[in-house]
Amino acid sequence: MAYMIEGETGPWEIVVGLEVHAQVISNAKLFSGAATAFGADPNSQVSFVDAAFPGMLPVINEMCVEQAVRTGLGLKAKINLESVFARKNYFYADLPQGYQISQYEKPLVGEGQVIVDLPDGRSTVVGIERLHVEQDAGKSMHDQHPTKSCIDLNRSGIALMEIVSKPDIRSPDEAGAYLRKLRSILRYLGTCDGNMEEGSMRADVNVSVRKSGESYRTRCEIKNVNSVRFVMQSIEIEAKRQIEVYESGGSVDQETRLFDPGKGETRSMRSKEHAHDYRYFPDPDLLPLKLKPDYVARIKDTLPELPDEKKDRFVRDYGLSPYDAGVLVVDRASADFFESVAKGRDSKLAANWVMGDFFGALNSTGKTIETSPVSAAQLGELIDLISDGTLSGRLAKDVFALMVETSKAPSVLVEEKGLKQVTDTGAIEAVIDQVMAANADKVTEYRSGKDKLFGFFVGQVMKASQGKANPGMVNDLLKSKLAG
Amino acid sequence: MSLDKATVQKIAYLARIEVREDELEPLAKELSGILHWVEQLAEVDTDGVPPMTSVSAEMALPMRADVVTDGGYAELVLQNGPETTNGFFLVPKVVE
Amino acid sequence: MSDLTHLTIADAEKGLDRGDFTSVELTKAHLAAMAKHKDLNAYITETPDQALAMAEQSDKRRAGKQAGLLEGIPLAIKDLFCTEGVQTTAGSHILEGFKPPYESTVTANLWKQGAVMLGKVNLDEFAMGSSNMTSYYGAVKNPWKRSGDAKDLVPGGSSGGSAAAVSACIAMGATGTDTGGSIRQPAAFCGIVGIKPTYGRCSRFGIVAFASSLDQAGPMTRTVKDAAIMLKAMAGHDPKDSTSTPGPTPDFTKAVGQSIKGLRVGVPKEYKPDGLSSEIMAAWDKGLAWLKEAGAEVVEVSLPHTKYALATYYIVAPAEASSNLARYDGVRFGLRVPGNSLDEMYMKTRAEGFGREVRRRILIGTYVLSAGYYDAYYAKAQKLRTLIAGDFKQAFQKADVLLTPTAPTPAFAIGENLDDPITMYLNDVFTIPTSLAGLPGLSLPAGLSSDGLPLGLQLIGRPFDEEAVFKAAAVMEQAAMFKRWEAC
Repeated sequence: MAYMIEGETGPWEIVVGLEVHAQVISNAKLFSGAATAFGADPNSQVSFVDAAFPGMLPVINEMCVEQAVRTGLGLKAKINLESVFARKNYFYADLPQGYQISQYEKPLVGEGQVIVDLPDGRSTVVGIERLHVEQDAGKSMHDQHPTKSCIDLNRSGIALMEIVSKPDIRSPDEAGAYLRKLRSILRYLGTCDGNMEEGSMRADVNVSVRKSGESYRTRCEIKNVNSVRFVMQSIEIEAKRQIEVYESGGSVDQETRLFDPGKGETRSMRSKEHAHDYRYFPDPDLLPLKLKPDYVARIKDTLPELPDEKKDRFVRDYGLSPYDAGVLVVDRASADFFESVAKGRDSKLAANWVMGDFFGALNSTGKTIETSPVSAAQLGELIDLISDGTLSGRLAKDVFALMVETSKAPSVLVEEKGLKQVTDTGAIEAVIDQVMAANADKVTEYRSGKDKLFGFFVGQVMKASQGKANPGMVNDLLKSKLAG
Repeated sequence: MSLDKATVQKIAYLARIEVREDELEPLAKELSGILHWVEQLAEVDTDGVPPMTSVSAEMALPMRADVVTDGGYAELVLQNGPETTNGFFLVPKVVE
Repeated sequence: MSDLTHLTIADAEKGLDRGDFTSVELTKAHLAAMAKHKDLNAYITETPDQALAMAEQSDKRRAGKQAGLLEGIPLAIKDLFCTEGVQTTAGSHILEGFKPPYESTVTANLWKQGAVMLGKVNLDEFAMGSSNMTSYYGAVKNPWKRSGDAKDLVPGGSSGGSAAAVSACIAMGATGTDTGGSIRQPAAFCGIVGIKPTYGRCSRFGIVAFASSLDQAGPMTRTVKDAAIMLKAMAGHDPKDSTSTPGPTPDFTKAVGQSIKGLRVGVPKEYKPDGLSSEIMAAWDKGLAWLKEAGAEVVEVSLPHTKYALATYYIVAPAEASSNLARYDGVRFGLRVPGNSLDEMYMKTRAEGFGREVRRRILIGTYVLSAGYYDAYYAKAQKLRTLIAGDFKQAFQKADVLLTPTAPTPAFAIGENLDDPITMYLNDVFTIPTSLAGLPGLSLPAGLSSDGLPLGLQLIGRPFDEEAVFKAAAVMEQAAMFKRWEAC
């Protein structure tokens, strides 16, 4: 079912396009040799180029170009062998040059696509319009001084990729899923850390609404939304606002708006709007960026397996359901973890353990795969102990809990705690005899037809063996003994 | 193209240059004169002529290695600043 | 010892080498001459202490047999080059007091070759002008006067302070920058030699930008050979400027004195507009005659789009300038005029900080780039630029160098030509096409007008063929026997 918002005049469809600003992972800035690390002292990672001192000139960082090309390839997009840097002119306190070096008519990357997996199991394709490389601005802080704004230029000049989607998104869920997928791809590629809290990924959200079958209506741009949740919320809120405007006989103005998550509203930034005329022109301090086909081919050869391909392979090679495979490939670390666990083992069992107890343990301990108390090798060993009958499923859970606690290998824990499953027929029979002797009345009832009591006997035997008896053997032996 | 006062005001704002009301009219005239003069270019047929953005456009864009070689001198960046505090530049408060 | 200031750089190097005098003595002589010529207003900032310290160091290096190309030579630096710790104003109020914490590549190259800095010389504000009258720090006087007329004349611009200083022998040479003629026209007005090399020859790093696709630094000296020496020192690939040309810099001095037998000298027929003074025409003919006498062959060439060059330039240069000058916003350096809001602070600072001509060009540039007008103005001008560059390419199939006048008139009086900006712009009619095409252009004094003012001729070369230009210039210089010391 397509997502619709029910208005007074009937259902409305929403149309969304996203412009994602993704900070490129590089040591130095796009056009200067200053560092890019997050959280440094104000203006300590600023060169005279970044602060736009007189006579300073940009020289492009080769890594930033490579990262953008890699991203373009990861988005299955066309790499433009000639692209041009242009100046986008406007005044702002944290824009020292009075212009941002960006790309306008000739971006580095052209059309591509992202396959988006939706929560309901469907997939949809969101087109990529373009990707271009540009400089980030500095940071203005308005709350540090009673009458002034404070300017820190550390971020000024850091490389960003602006990834512009086509207006293919039709619901807040799709927008959220698109952002998560995009983030996942960027992280696989190692081109952006996708960390929205630190501002290394931000989105401008273009929203319009329309009646089914109509062409596009006027859109509004919600600027600088900095979490997936806020993107989804702002779309719904903005769409509802536009519907209200239309249904009360008004018209929507094309404008820039700001999302206020506290108030749950978007509001116009119209005050700044009338002046925007960016006067783009090719930056005369730089030359056209020309790439050779074999340069692009070399980067293509080094691309890692991306989430979509990995997912297909997990379904194909490990027999996982598309859903399970999708969950496992969201980030590269979990996919790699799963693969080391599953290698040479029952892959479904491995998937269940990784996605169930293992992810659960990470969640509850607040750890990541990198800091996990349980290694892939240890989890694999645990699965081996299940497969060879050393541990029952129940015992395995106990052992796993101890592994999380102690980071010890499962074999060590089994040894230490004597948790080994009992598979000795004689030993189990002895326990069964004991239980039957203690419950002679129930044995009689069972034998006179009360089959339901079988479960009671199983429970008693397991209890008496402290859970160590092999459940299958208990079943078989108990059945024959009770039969008399 | 003759510029009117409103257009001059608009471009003066884009360029963030204050122009007094009584300067607008003469400035409009002066700028119109220059624009009118440069419009002689319209008589040249430039269909199919590529624009020249740089005389060195034949050259390859040189690139720098991704190495931190600059920055780390906040005091030098700030020392010419008209108003600074605690490592920041200060500007009149911006209300968003 | 004041005659030391009359030496050429080449001769001073010989004198220093022979031990006839030291760099300290040479520098002191210049400092004394500077004090005597304060009325010219050539210098914005004098740096006598630094000059003497540099001269002392230079004398030590020479004693240690480590002399550079310009070892011990006192120079003036156009105040558009950033010099570490020394005020750099670009002739503007908005940069008053600005002390760059860095050095431009060109000046760093000069210091590496042993040169001594006398100070920073005056210029049209942000290099926008042809008279030096737009400087916030006052007009510069041309050391030359019309015979029998005490009226002060302009030195040309924008490198007017550089030209006046070299002409008045208060510097042995000076750096200039040229965007549309800012080295060549003042060189012509002051009777000295100035060359704008090929775009990309000298690094633009650390030079306050006017129009990035046109700006080039070059030397201004009293002789062709001095220009060759100084350009060699200034030029070279700079990884900090993406438009800087890779590859080695030729030894331009080797071209000076070479035979020009068989050299084809082109005369563009479009450079003879109606109303060009007969004096200029005569000087031009004389120049051609000298070259022919030395064995060159004169050919007529055509540069059909010449008449559009000026208009093209007055779109391209202001457009780039409007963007380049956006950084002067009162936030990080230079002037700030307080305001109640950020915008008000910007607008007041920039209105007060920029002079009239600069404001005018920023507004024109802003307009031609603005939405709806880009194609009609900026894109059109860029296409014209292609055509103009194409004209030269054609012409250079028939000729090895071109000879033209440098400027349509000799120096005019201070205050003249200010009313109508376009009349002022016409000063650069012969120099602008070369700038648009990025070609090397050298102006040298070729004679005097009837009222005793220097007239300059311009030699234009193929891209990166400054050597042909120097070769021809040296021949003409010898023939002209120009009495360049008249003004000292």
